[in-house]
Amino acid sequence: MINSLWISKTGMEAQQMQLDVISNNLANVSTNGFKKSHAVFEDLMYQNLRQVGTAVNEQAVLPTGLQIGLGVRTVATSRSFSQGNLQQSSNNLDVAIQGNGFFQVTMSDGTVGYTRDGAFQLDNQGRLVTSGGLPVLNGITVPANATSLAIAQNGEVTVQVPGNTAPQPVGTITLASFINPAGLEPKGQNLYAESVASGQPNAGNAGENGLGGLMQGFVETSNVNVVQELVTMIQTQRAYEMNSKAIQTSDQMLQKLGQL
Amino acid sequence: MDRLIYTAMTGANAAANRQAVLSNNLANVSTNGFRAQLATYRAVPLRGEGATTRVFALEASAGHSTKPGPAMRTDRALDAMALGDAWFSVQGLDGNEAYTRNGHFEVNAEGVLTTGNGLQVLSSDGSAITVPAGADVSISPDGNISAKIGNQPANSVGRLKLVVPTAEDPLKRGDDGLFRALSGDPLNTEDTARVHPGMLEGSNVNAIEAMVGMIQTARQFEAQMRLMQTAESNDRAAGQLLSLQG
Repeated sequence: MINSLWISKTGMEAQQMQLDVISNNLANVSTNGFKKSHAVFEDLMYQNLRQVGTAVNEQAVLPTGLQIGLGVRTVATSRSFSQGNLQQSSNNLDVAIQGNGFFQVTMSDGTVGYTRDGAFQLDNQGRLVTSGGLPVLNGITVPANATSLAIAQNGEVTVQVPGNTAPQPVGTITLASFINPAGLEPKGQNLYAESVASGQPNAGNAGENGLGGLMQGFVETSNVNVVQELVTMIQTQRAYEMNSKAIQTSDQMLQKLGQL
Repeated sequence: MDRLIYTAMTGANAAANRQAVLSNNLANVSTNGFRAQLATYRAVPLRGEGATTRVFALEASAGHSTKPGPAMRTDRALDAMALGDAWFSVQGLDGNEAYTRNGHFEVNAEGVLTTGNGLQVLSSDGSAITVPAGADVSISPDGNISAKIGNQPANSVGRLKLVVPTAEDPLKRGDDGLFRALSGDPLNTEDTARVHPGMLEGSNVNAIEAMVGMIQTARQFEAQMRLMQTAESNDRAAGQLLSLQG
């Protein structure tokens, strides 16, 4: 009936989506290893109602056409894998990655999951697991009588057992990187899964081939910037209001038309 | 019926189209790198015997605003804002070179630098830019893209093709929202063009202008409605006059 109603509707939808993303970022402001995302918009296609350069008569052509855009759409929610802050913790099972890469864990269906959350725990069999109970890939089992545990920067895990002066190696935490980490599929529970868009994982030892080093006794906090989110939220709210105002105005115009 | 009503109709039509253009600008108030559409009314005089008093109104979109949008610091390695009148070159879905001001780039699974919607970003020699796996990517102010793996020295993997449209060959918006040169030929790389890494350019829509324009358009539309009502009451009066004689 009237184009502007539907165009403004796309604008309101986009702002609504932006607010959903901001809310999710803010809700996860203290989630270990959380990576913020943001909505990416692009303009929809344009309708050429009158082509520019059409001949008016034998001598002249139209200097301007009529091209009406059909609004906006959310093309993606893009995740930013920038480094979160490293926070010191007193737990010697906490590990943070400084640089690129993901910890690899075995998910319940047997596939490999990827996470930045290095707040590990030990389960009842002494295996190194995530807070969600998923074991670290290749299995690292800590003997029950171990007195201390050390995780080196290259991922090597050693324990001190009574009666042995030299530290005993029990395994290595390996990392994996992706050419397009933004393409990883988020699985919830701080986990990501490989997808067609992310490319194949490049597994390797920490500190090699562009993979980051490990830091024992630190956790990586969320990389959400609260100030930025709040400013974006204000902007989103106002943009939403303006689009709703455009709908109101179009409605008033239609009303006048109906009163003829 | 009086021909006045058709003249008023073109006015109302033009106002509704103007409203669509303004709504599109407002809907894209947070689309990165969006260029506001400019709208004008055009007068179309009717030619011919006795018709010269009538001038129809037509809405026309007169290109886009070239004002820079607001700069937003994101500190993301693959974000860049083109400075001045520079544009990024991408490969459109039709295979031709197209231009955008949206400097929010991604790397796809093959390591190719793309825009947010998956279009290949072109380098200064017209080819795609491929980033090696596991590399830290950074964009320098002259558009050079370097990849650094671990502690090795950074390698240049290509340079963004930055173009500056000229007055003789300006850019024109296509139906897909990307811009192309009016002549249809690809523009030449501009070596002096610069970008600002870690920043994104917002939409250059002036929200105040769009809101005020919307109010004005709504009132103008009302005025046309008023004219149509006048035409109708004139017509009715004429009808009554005829019925009196009969």
